[in-house]
Amino acid sequence: MTIKRHAAIGTSDMAAIGAALARGASRRDLMRWLGAAGMSAATAGLIIGDAGRALAQTPKRGGRIKVASQTSSTADTVDPAKQNNQTDYTRCFTFYNGLTRLDASLAPQLELAEAIESDSSATVWTIKLRRDVKFHDGTPLTADDVVFSLARHKDPATGSAAKALAAPMKEITASGKHEVKITLESPNADLPVVLGTPHFLVIKNGTSSFTTAIGTGPYRCQEFQPGIKSIGVRNAEYFKPGQPYLDEIELFGIPDQTARLNALLSGDVQIAAAISPQLAKRVQASPGYAVFETKAGGYNDLVIRQDSDLGKNQDLVLALKYLLNREQMKSAVFQGYAVLANDQPIDPTNRFYFPGLKQRPFDAEKAKFHLQRSGIGNTTVPLHAMASSTMLDQAVLIQQAAQQVGLTVDVKRMPADGYWSNVWMKQPLTMGSINPRPSADVLFTLFFKSDSTWNESAWKNEKFDQLLVAARGERDEAKRKQMYGEMQTLVHENCGIGLPVFISILDAHSAKLKGLKPIPTGGLMGYAYAENVWLEG
Amino acid sequence: MLMLGMIARRVASGLLTLLIVSVIVFVGTNILPGDATEAILGQSTSPEAVAGLRKALGLDLPAHERYLRWLAGLLSGDPGVSLINRLPVAQLIGPRLANSLLLTALTAAVAVPLALLIGITTAIWRGSLYDRVANVTAVSLVAVPEFLLATVGVILFAVQLRWVSAMATPSVGSFTQALQNFTLPVLTLCFAVTAQMARMTRAALLGVLDSSYIEMARLKGVRPARLVLHHALRNAAGPIANAVPLNLSSLLGGVIIVEVIFSYPGLAKLAVDAVETRDMPLVQACAMIFCATFMLLVLLADICSILSNPRLRTR
Repeated sequence: MTIKRHAAIGTSDMAAIGAALARGASRRDLMRWLGAAGMSAATAGLIIGDAGRALAQTPKRGGRIKVASQTSSTADTVDPAKQNNQTDYTRCFTFYNGLTRLDASLAPQLELAEAIESDSSATVWTIKLRRDVKFHDGTPLTADDVVFSLARHKDPATGSAAKALAAPMKEITASGKHEVKITLESPNADLPVVLGTPHFLVIKNGTSSFTTAIGTGPYRCQEFQPGIKSIGVRNAEYFKPGQPYLDEIELFGIPDQTARLNALLSGDVQIAAAISPQLAKRVQASPGYAVFETKAGGYNDLVIRQDSDLGKNQDLVLALKYLLNREQMKSAVFQGYAVLANDQPIDPTNRFYFPGLKQRPFDAEKAKFHLQRSGIGNTTVPLHAMASSTMLDQAVLIQQAAQQVGLTVDVKRMPADGYWSNVWMKQPLTMGSINPRPSADVLFTLFFKSDSTWNESAWKNEKFDQLLVAARGERDEAKRKQMYGEMQTLVHENCGIGLPVFISILDAHSAKLKGLKPIPTGGLMGYAYAENVWLEG
Repeated sequence: MLMLGMIARRVASGLLTLLIVSVIVFVGTNILPGDATEAILGQSTSPEAVAGLRKALGLDLPAHERYLRWLAGLLSGDPGVSLINRLPVAQLIGPRLANSLLLTALTAAVAVPLALLIGITTAIWRGSLYDRVANVTAVSLVAVPEFLLATVGVILFAVQLRWVSAMATPSVGSFTQALQNFTLPVLTLCFAVTAQMARMTRAALLGVLDSSYIEMARLKGVRPARLVLHHALRNAAGPIANAVPLNLSSLLGGVIIVEVIFSYPGLAKLAVDAVETRDMPLVQACAMIFCATFMLLVLLADICSILSNPRLRTR
């Protein structure tokens, strides 16, 4: 497997598409054109979207912004290994780079690496580094820095949050001044994806103090006070020509989201990260401000434990899946900021999404049919959900739909305290909530593999487990896509998970701020907005 | 002598109260379901992880042993380490306490003179239109909850008019910066405490003004201003001095709403977060501070009323 530095199409093509859009070519025309060029519908759609958004948007240099994120505590860090929340990720991507970075379809793109290659078994990997990268203190990036940055995660003394991800890297060595060799314990074609996750950002060899950040990133750390703020100033020697555009970014946390939004609307900050759909409506109503929607893979789901009596009743499981009124949940609970899902966890932005799976509709007739076949009669079905959460809102909609077909669902409102340890996965029917993950492999391994601790619905499927391991070691992207398609079908048909919608991530910002494009690993361009945004006017 | 004796007795009983409060808080946080491990692990909880973390945090020890360890630490001057982020509690509380004290001091600096002024003037012009308007306004402001005042204030003055900042950064810097940062939160807090203090001042003063020696002075021909300020106010000082600290004591820990709405990094929010995450050492430390402040202010009030009373002062 080889990743080279080229986009699906070149820059000149991009300009041509932009020009075509400007002339008034319809989306359909362009789809046909790109399709003729041998591109899949999903990729073509992404490209047209990008071109349309980038139209009439030439980055402008200069200016400073303030950014309010959702957390702030004295545990704030600039140590990539210890990052613990979205504010940390946002801060660290301002100062550091990874070897790769995930793009809009969660495919890895090269960043500090110039080329990444593996042997035929996807076990031994060779990473060639760029030679034009310098740390903020002027020292050039070498293989030693990368080896240090990766190997430290394996040391328990580091206290890395990514220890489990680093553990399979059996050997990490410098095979040249600008070349690193990684030997894995077992094949994993997704290593470039792992290297693009926030914890594997690259720091200087031997770094032991994290009172400030010395990275290769778009901004130099001028000030960092945990629990208060961090200030980054433009790195004029950044290896990406022309970037970054802003002179300064100040980042701090405002935990209360209404206060965060007020700070935006009063002009105190230019970005208020992570806001709810309800607040997004208020932003839409305020001229001069915009909502940045990232369609991503996070979701709330109906978890039906397959080891419970209720879950063993496959007709009841199916009836419940037919009772999910996805459209209603999308508009009522998420104000339209959601994407319909199909009872499997890979969302349409993912490069391994399988579009061929037929959408399971909201169908009272079918639900009724399966309900009768299940023979549960008048039994009341208890459904546990966390109080004052979107999970509860969705549970209530399920309850109402069930009422229509004569099934009594008793929604139990459980306190947030102890919900994940005492309720979720313990009761036969619960509502769960899963954050976006960087790859299909991680998502399936954590929440669907038979022997996983967090196999939400206690679903056991041998064929799925085999496919999962095989797909991880498969270097041929087309074959992988087919395998992940099969897995999505298996989950859709047999698993005890009802997955109504994927929830979009919303950030609010001043309309003068330009350049944001969704990356589905998280809000604010997968936290890496800093080098891509500029101020207009 | 009376004073010293009283202070000594108060300090002793205060320490005992603190001890009792610490036991109650400890038992209370233990009764709550879940513990710090669950707050840390959240969704990624598993029995092994919980057991391991519990051991690492020392939560596997029996409750009384944990309490005694904490108490021994406190007595030797170390309030312990936060269970959640492993930072020393003193380090977590230090800057927040300073912020809270700053907000309290600014509020007091505005509210106390204002309250005394309103209280005294309404007492002088009792029954006048001014008195009645001031009274109705005060009662209305006490009745309006802080969160409403604060929210309306932010939307009106920060979001719509843009006169001040929607965030209260705890830095004074220049005078204009201080105005930007503190105007809204200080005003919100002032509304509630000023109204209370003004009414209590007025009531205390009126009580004195109705007494016979004032009537005597009035008959003697003392002018109203001198009557109130010279003759009456001295005798009303005791009750007023009691009312002021009691109202101020709530400012340190009871301003969670203001802290959240203006995203002001003070103690109240820290204490609430600590309870939510079952961070016992932090909860205890906050409780001790709130309790000690309250007792200190009450003690101060008593000292003031003794000093203002010649009979007690000179005995």
